[in-house]
Amino acid sequence: MTNSILSKLNRRRVLRGMVDGGAVTVALPLLNVFLNGNGTALADGKPMPVRFGTWYWGLGVAKDVFVPKKVGANWEITEEMEALRGVQKHINVFTNFTAFKDNAQNFCHHTGWVIGRTGIAPMQSGEVPGETLDISVANSIGRTTRFRTLTASASGSARDTQSYDNPQTPNAAETSPMAFYTRLFGPDFQDPNAPTFTPNPKIMVRKSALSGVMDDIKDLNKVVGSEDRERIEQYFTGLRHIEQQFQQQLTKPEPIASCKAPEKFKEDAKNGTDTTLMAARHKMLSDLMAMAVACDQTRVFNMTYGGQGVTKLGYEKPHHTCTHEEPVDEKLGYQTVCSWFTRRAFENWAYVVDAFAKIKEGDGSLLDNVLIYANTDHGLARIHSLDGMAMFTAGRAGGKMKTGLHVAGDGSPVTRLGYTAMKVMGLNVRSWGTKSNNTSKEVGEILA
Amino acid sequence: MYGKFSLVSHKSRLFCGAAVALAAIALASCSAPPKGTAAAKPATKVASVKEPEDAATQRHLHLLTSAQYLNTVSYALGPDVRPEAEARFAPTVRTDGLLQVGTSKAGVNDTQVEVFQKVAVAVATTAMDPVRRKFLMPCTPKDEKAADAACASQFITRVGKLMFRRPLPADKVAELVNQANASADRLQDFYAGLGVAIEAILVSPKTLFVAESVEPDPAHPGHLRLDAYSLASRLSFFLWNSGPDEAVLKAAETGEIQTPKGRAKLVEMMLASPRLEAGMRAFFDDMLGFDELSALAKDATVYPAFTGATVEDAHEQTLRTMVDQLLVKNRDYRDLFTSRETFLSPVLGALYNLPTSSDWTAYTFPDGSPRTGFLTQISFLAGHSHPGRSSPTLRGKALREILMCQPVPRPPANVDFSIVENPNPNLHTARDRLELHRKNPVCAGCHKITDPMGLALENFDGAGQYRDNEKGWKIDTSGALDGKAFNDVIGLGQAMHDHPAVTSCMVKRVFAYGTGGSTDNQDQEELAYYGARFAEQGYRLKDLLRTVALSQAFSTIRESAPAEQPVKAAEAASSDAINAK
Repeated sequence: MTNSILSKLNRRRVLRGMVDGGAVTVALPLLNVFLNGNGTALADGKPMPVRFGTWYWGLGVAKDVFVPKKVGANWEITEEMEALRGVQKHINVFTNFTAFKDNAQNFCHHTGWVIGRTGIAPMQSGEVPGETLDISVANSIGRTTRFRTLTASASGSARDTQSYDNPQTPNAAETSPMAFYTRLFGPDFQDPNAPTFTPNPKIMVRKSALSGVMDDIKDLNKVVGSEDRERIEQYFTGLRHIEQQFQQQLTKPEPIASCKAPEKFKEDAKNGTDTTLMAARHKMLSDLMAMAVACDQTRVFNMTYGGQGVTKLGYEKPHHTCTHEEPVDEKLGYQTVCSWFTRRAFENWAYVVDAFAKIKEGDGSLLDNVLIYANTDHGLARIHSLDGMAMFTAGRAGGKMKTGLHVAGDGSPVTRLGYTAMKVMGLNVRSWGTKSNNTSKEVGEILA
Repeated sequence: MYGKFSLVSHKSRLFCGAAVALAAIALASCSAPPKGTAAAKPATKVASVKEPEDAATQRHLHLLTSAQYLNTVSYALGPDVRPEAEARFAPTVRTDGLLQVGTSKAGVNDTQVEVFQKVAVAVATTAMDPVRRKFLMPCTPKDEKAADAACASQFITRVGKLMFRRPLPADKVAELVNQANASADRLQDFYAGLGVAIEAILVSPKTLFVAESVEPDPAHPGHLRLDAYSLASRLSFFLWNSGPDEAVLKAAETGEIQTPKGRAKLVEMMLASPRLEAGMRAFFDDMLGFDELSALAKDATVYPAFTGATVEDAHEQTLRTMVDQLLVKNRDYRDLFTSRETFLSPVLGALYNLPTSSDWTAYTFPDGSPRTGFLTQISFLAGHSHPGRSSPTLRGKALREILMCQPVPRPPANVDFSIVENPNPNLHTARDRLELHRKNPVCAGCHKITDPMGLALENFDGAGQYRDNEKGWKIDTSGALDGKAFNDVIGLGQAMHDHPAVTSCMVKRVFAYGTGGSTDNQDQEELAYYGARFAEQGYRLKDLLRTVALSQAFSTIRESAPAEQPVKAAEAASSDAINAK
């Protein structure tokens, strides 16, 4: 099977010249010239692009049945991580890290994940004080793809997102697999492996019309204050991205062997918060997300499993209420139903990891060229603790990372993992985070 | 404990003050003093209440909501041009209780611009459909397969004015016509070319952002006011949740909107328009947080009768009730908490345990029924419950925050909740379980201000269905609101009806929604003025809307110096200009 990742070849420029002359249909064979001999890099010697993703689950872990005793490789699968047995070799688990709130309040179910994603403790309820990790990475590596970043949540709420461009610009989550499919693989999708290519002349005129729209921005800037000018500039950047999307639609994409647009769903996922329905939505969204990455539609993505509202059929309390009201089992030493919820969450974590692992890319898998960062809101949700925080990574980031390891944080900042991820993704950052969360210390154990 | 809120009796004013003080003490026990009660402070006699001389608001740059966009598009291009599925604008951050306030800060990234572009394509495609364009176009091109500048200009001028909410300058019309012409020639299709120009209008930041412009206020030298078109937009989005129509823009064009008499006439027209209903539906959707209903679901094993259709109809039931009571019948706003009049659909009949006809029907619950006031409707009861059970705390919190503008602090961190864990064989009902919270000093501060209200709603389960017991244990619905004790939900409704924070909160929300910004200390006198007028006029919503829309604060801008050159009439060129080019 041939394989190729976007590279700018002369052929594209040839096609563009033809397109400018009007609508054309060109038959193109799948070529095998884009990879080097062993399929581990592009033919020109450049490495495969490394992609970045995040995954979120709510309400922490039960450390007595979660934290492996063994640190390093070959850690034992604990009771709460049983669902991860099949993907253990693809992941790293991080335990006993701390999200430092310093002089801020501990905003329950918020402060913990926000520190993990921004490096900053929020000072107000609901505030996300800065650009999230995924956006920092996307602004570095995501400007050339159709989508700078993609965000989806299995919770059913578009507000359930951990991705923010800035405090006032959350990236709303895709919640409907059907709508997400249409956005990704609907009429605007250009199958890179299609035997023919027919540029749409309407796209050409649309692209041309955008220049006038951009002039409107200059007019608006004359009547708004400086703070609002930034919002207008942000809009301008968005328009430029649309312009780029148009240009891509006018250009024959390079073949990508691992890209196979999925079949359209016959029906959308059902609404609901119980773990069965959540898992069904998460599965559909994860499969779409993995294929969107494989098809190089984006190089940065976010997945949310669910926060506080996950329910168990026939059990009257949602997960969050359960953490506060379920008694600790005297014999077992933990809240058994709460742990049941967490185990369901990890089944979904295993699913998304596997979804990337089973897509072949080069002589390995898509997951080999991906780094997925996963975090949560609390250590022990029952008391809203910000210590004992657990995190995961999955993937080898193009060979830059080891996997299969358990790293004990010994109370060090959770930001160490975010900082490490940024370094792995090639960002030139000397440190990350503020106050006690500031760090320039990578989690060296996982670096290859 | 306190008397009915009156602006006339000095004695009752003292009672009101006491009630507010009680509320403040209750909230202060777990956090800072409550916000939003300022307008509830005893007002002076109505006759002496005048709008503060320096009343003003800030100008804003609003991002349109999807509903505002669709309403504006529907007016400009026809009621069936309304691509709801594509118009999935990102939710804004709820700010000071309102999404509308959040739109004045909302950013727009590439993902959102992508949505704007896609919905623009959907709108233009639908509008240029062969059937629709027959009704929509003011002219017919000479040749459908070629450009026609004159015809394109007519259409672009009209649509552009409605979408930009002010006339397009001649050079902008020319640019768009040139775009339509070039596209028509390229595509060999006049309508397809025109559609591309329409898309460009729809995706323009001038359509999607409402940028308020100011000009010197001749009535107040040294001060600024919204220019005529910005005032037209502020009024229109406030009352109609849509951009201004031809008549409102005409009032701006002639300058009539800037005269007291002209503005009053215009506001009366807008209040009398059928479009007011859409506007107030949007307001209550925002105020009541109904955007959350889109993700509401119940545990099917616990509440099998509660489905997605239930959520839709419960939402509609409350909005129908609001419209009927406040707009059609012009009732006292406070009566929403005690009225038994509502509407039922077949889907809702199953949960209300009532036979219904095949469509929506007006229905009045009998005297003595616990279904009194909109708090006992499913939208509120189920919307503020857990998926598998009711929640007196969530309901009480919603009453405080949504309807009384009193923020309830979030739960404290690092608290061991083991004291309130269950199951405990002695804890049979929600009241039993929450009693333990209220005995725990860490939890008590906040639970004392939410639970006594929420427990009065315990006759309704998590889906909003009536019950008189919880797993066989009789439910005690007694409670209290800031010192006013009651035995059941009927008493709660009356206590809410009588509480001054309920009306002051309504005033605050209407003002913030209409002017689009957070309220602060500078607004307190203005809010007190609106509150006094609201009371004097019997707490009628339409009167409150009129008071706000005609107030000085609504159109005067709190800025010390001009930040721009006002748009001159000469710049707002007509379509004729383009034909000359």
